[in-house]
Amino acid sequence: MIKLFKVKEKQRELAENANGKTPIKKQSAGELRLHKDISELNLPKSCTISFHNGKDDLMNFEVTIRPDEGYYQGGTFLFSFNVSPIYPHEAPKVKCKTKVYHPNIDLEGNVCLNILREDWKPVLNINTVIYGLFHLFTEPNSEDPLNHDAAAVLRDNAKLFQSNVRRAMAGGYVGQTLFPRCL
Amino acid sequence: MAETVVQPSRSRDLDKLLLRPGNIIGANFDPGLELREDLAKYAKVLVVGAGGLGCELLKDLALSGFHNLEVIDMDRIEVTNLNRQFLFRFEDVGKPKAEVAAKRVMERVSGVNIKPHFCRIEDKDIDFYSDFSIIVLGLDSIEARSYINSVACSFLEYGSDDKPREETVKPLVDGGTEGFKGHARVIVPGLTPCFECTIWLFPPQVKFPLCTLAETPRTAAHCIEYAHLIKWDEVHSGKAFDPDEPEHMKWVYNEAVKRAELFGIPGVTYSLTQGVVKNIIPAIASTNAVISAACALETLKITSGCSKTLSNYLTYNGAEGLHTKVTEFVRDKDCLVCGPGVLVELETSVTLQKFIDLLEKHPDLLLSKASVTHQGNNLYMQAPPVLEEMTRSNLSIPLFDLMGKTVRSTLHVTGTTSKNDKKTSALRKLRIVFKGVDGVTDMDMAGAA
Ligand SMILES: [Zn+2]
Repeated sequence: MIKLFKVKEKQRELAENANGKTPIKKQSAGELRLHKDISELNLPKSCTISFHNGKDDLMNFEVTIRPDEGYYQGGTFLFSFNVSPIYPHEAPKVKCKTKVYHPNIDLEGNVCLNILREDWKPVLNINTVIYGLFHLFTEPNSEDPLNHDAAAVLRDNAKLFQSNVRRAMAGGYVGQTLFPRCL
Repeated sequence: MAETVVQPSRSRDLDKLLLRPGNIIGANFDPGLELREDLAKYAKVLVVGAGGLGCELLKDLALSGFHNLEVIDMDRIEVTNLNRQFLFRFEDVGKPKAEVAAKRVMERVSGVNIKPHFCRIEDKDIDFYSDFSIIVLGLDSIEARSYINSVACSFLEYGSDDKPREETVKPLVDGGTEGFKGHARVIVPGLTPCFECTIWLFPPQVKFPLCTLAETPRTAAHCIEYAHLIKWDEVHSGKAFDPDEPEHMKWVYNEAVKRAELFGIPGVTYSLTQGVVKNIIPAIASTNAVISAACALETLKITSGCSKTLSNYLTYNGAEGLHTKVTEFVRDKDCLVCGPGVLVELETSVTLQKFIDLLEKHPDLLLSKASVTHQGNNLYMQAPPVLEEMTRSNLSIPLFDLMGKTVRSTLHVTGTTSKNDKKTSALRKLRIVFKGVDGVTDMDMAGAA
């Protein structure tokens, strides 16, 4: 290839400042795949998505979930998504921005959802993840606890769990913890 | 004895490769003194990374007859680097790796010029990368490899025959090591698989379930990840954890030790903490040396043509005895990064709406309900409604204008194709050429689909 470089280098020397217009064109494979995921989103009515950096930044977005059944009916929960340039080789990073009394979501917003960590596969997509999150609200499970106390209550006393959830969502205390109103 | 006198070069061995003809040479190999001099004068090599592999690469390339080297690395030297990153001394701790590495090699190898760049690879614009004959990677992250790969592939242009245009090919040589294992590969965009074609070669990082970390830790790594992923947020609400900040790392280590004591789990150490958090496997100097040697040799082969090149992926395993193997991986013909894409020729007056309609009838695409993205600009999105609304006004604008009036460009479309009444979704790369604009030759038109 050296001949080619030599030719190029000589051309460059000649055309120095002749304004080589190198178009800027880099879009990571992750961004392209995400473009596909986003353009094919088919969300349940209770989920909405928003792009706070405008239409050209799909890598960071927020999803709002308003469960229409179950313990969390009527609440509004905000999740932030951060997608890596090597998506879908790596799962999106998801955090719950609404402080919630939930067995599978801790008070810092970490979410225990298997497809976000140990069970992530590149064939999964953003739609699957959003459905997974939605599912956490219709069927919280005490098997995979991140909020230990909430999980124990759900397991032992569903009635008490229900009233704790309502109290938290209304903007009250559960134990020592104050939750913001999200109804 | 009337033989032409060959000037002795610094390296006799190099001359044996560059000055004599052979049987397993590459295309257009033209042995002789001029070749040796041209390599020194015209070949510009970028080394990405000045760590364990990068130090070896700079030394090896400098001693292989390359005179114009540049190196880019954003890290500063740490004490723990000194055992294998042999260009660095104790008094260098805290200084930028790229700068010290460049200086040390220049001190030792006369005639070599190495320009250091102490910054992130994303900080350089595309013209910076365009300047090099070849780019050699000594990196430890998938993200960085993927980034450089996409940059190198972005220079690639295809002719109307769907063959890559030689003058747009930017070769990469990629080295990587993990403990006793390593790989060296040659990426010639358009000819051999690019990084994205074979990204599945990299095993996904092991991620423990968060609830296991929170409830039932069983290993030292569980305790460390608990401190890193859960406890950190609990205590430092809002403050991001920075793995390059020693204070942060020490905090995680201390918390992990407490956690491990609580559950009676042995084995939490500071170096394991660094390893788990940064996903680092201890580096072995000899592995770096072996892999770097292979990479430097491939760089020499590609640039000089003195031998056929590695085709195309060498793995090395020194864990039990020694095992090396070369595998010829194949390209993903639909690769979005290095593939040719489907050629579509358009009039400059075609609006985005008209273009989307055309895709439905294009025999090679038959793509309906297309969403269109052009180099990070989302021109039209079919869903979700919020994006559809934001991009709808583009539909009536000529595509030529939306694409910045570039005559030849790449864009990507997502939509639905139907084959035998079965609908599947597809993401396709398109090569757009606008007709009737200056700079489009008849030859380009010859392959019109
Ligand atoms: Zn590829």
